Amino acid sequence: MRDFEFVKPATVADAVKALAADGAQPLSGGQTLIPTMKQRLNTPERLVSLTGIAEMKGVCKGEGGLHVGAATPHAVVARDAAAYYPALAALAGGIGDPAVRSRGTIGGSLANNDPSACYPSAALASGATIVTNTRKIAADDYFQGLFSTALEEGEIITEVRFPIPEKAAYVKFNQPASRFALAGVFVAKFSGGVRVAITGASNDGVFRWAEAESALGANFAPSSLEGLNLSGDDMISDLHGTGAYRAHLAKVLTKRAVIAAS
Amino acid sequence: MAKVSMTVNGKTVTREVEGRTLLSTFLREDLGLTGTHIGCDTSQCGACTVHVDGQQVKGCTVFALDVDGADIRTIEGMANKDGSLSVIQQAFQDHHGLQCGFCTPGMVMAAASLLAVNPKPTEAEIRHHLEGNLCRCTGYHNIVKAVMAASGQDVGSIAAE
Repeated sequence: MRDFEFVKPATVADAVKALAADGAQPLSGGQTLIPTMKQRLNTPERLVSLTGIAEMKGVCKGEGGLHVGAATPHAVVARDAAAYYPALAALAGGIGDPAVRSRGTIGGSLANNDPSACYPSAALASGATIVTNTRKIAADDYFQGLFSTALEEGEIITEVRFPIPEKAAYVKFNQPASRFALAGVFVAKFSGGVRVAITGASNDGVFRWAEAESALGANFAPSSLEGLNLSGDDMISDLHGTGAYRAHLAKVLTKRAVIAAS
Repeated sequence: MAKVSMTVNGKTVTREVEGRTLLSTFLREDLGLTGTHIGCDTSQCGACTVHVDGQQVKGCTVFALDVDGADIRTIEGMANKDGSLSVIQQAFQDHHGLQCGFCTPGMVMAAASLLAVNPKPTEAEIRHHLEGNLCRCTGYHNIVKAVMAASGQDVGSIAAE
């Protein structure tokens, strides 16, 4: 790995300043970034660690639902969100393995927007608000395709606000070696309607399945999905599964998520 | 180079390190604590598992400077004060929970982390918790047995090899 300057600010304001330098990048839990740097796919000149910023950590009930600090590790969300939003806590408790959950953070996951990551589906299905150092971004505007988001250069996610649904569940099918989702579905039922977000499957990253949302909005039951089919055309095709396989899997998992949420 | 200080197995240490120095490299090369093994160096195998402020992490996927001031525990800090094996270590020996032993430091650290929050885990919980630790020798059965035994539970219900 190429060497770099390591900086660990204690406030968001200092982190923003430190990130203004050329070649500077933020580092959260590092569970994706560090392996990427080892392969020299990413060679920052300065890393700004966000793990020492107290104002970016923790889970609490607040205006508009559950507020999760962006630098909160998955293990803490799994434990502390359980009383308020069990489906979100269960998702956090199923990411990677225990060591990854000790370090990896929700902000890091959302900023990276890996097409197979779990958290983007929770944010999109919940209609979460991504709070940064400069603005608030609706989840519907935030995810912009493979590893691509609405974040500007040097902008830091500080908090994620989740409206809490009446019923919700996340079900994923693990790729057995990497444990990343081959497909994962988050279903959230609110009084005003149902939101369904699918991760792991599409070439464009996480997306909402509009037909399933209206069918489930009319009748929140697995049978509502019977006549619906996702197209495999825009799905990821690789040695682990074809696009058609992932499309089918996403539908099966949506049914399972509805059952788990009911 | 920058100065880093941490407590490792109860002892405060301070060294000068590069930004890119990983915790696993720091422990092995700067402190000579080679019990923390580097198996894959790609965050997959868990042989480098250590505890940072009581949480298990992969030492190869954390920068030393990022855990400045932390309380670190490695396999060298797991034995009893008199030098005898801890309950978990003894259970690995009693139940043949290792063959080549390369993954064992990580397995013991992961098991300790599980038992700290869940003193009587089920077999399924043990297997789920050890997902991030690979063993290429044992087929895992005896490792699961060892963790079960270390928690004071009967191992008779676990599948034979």
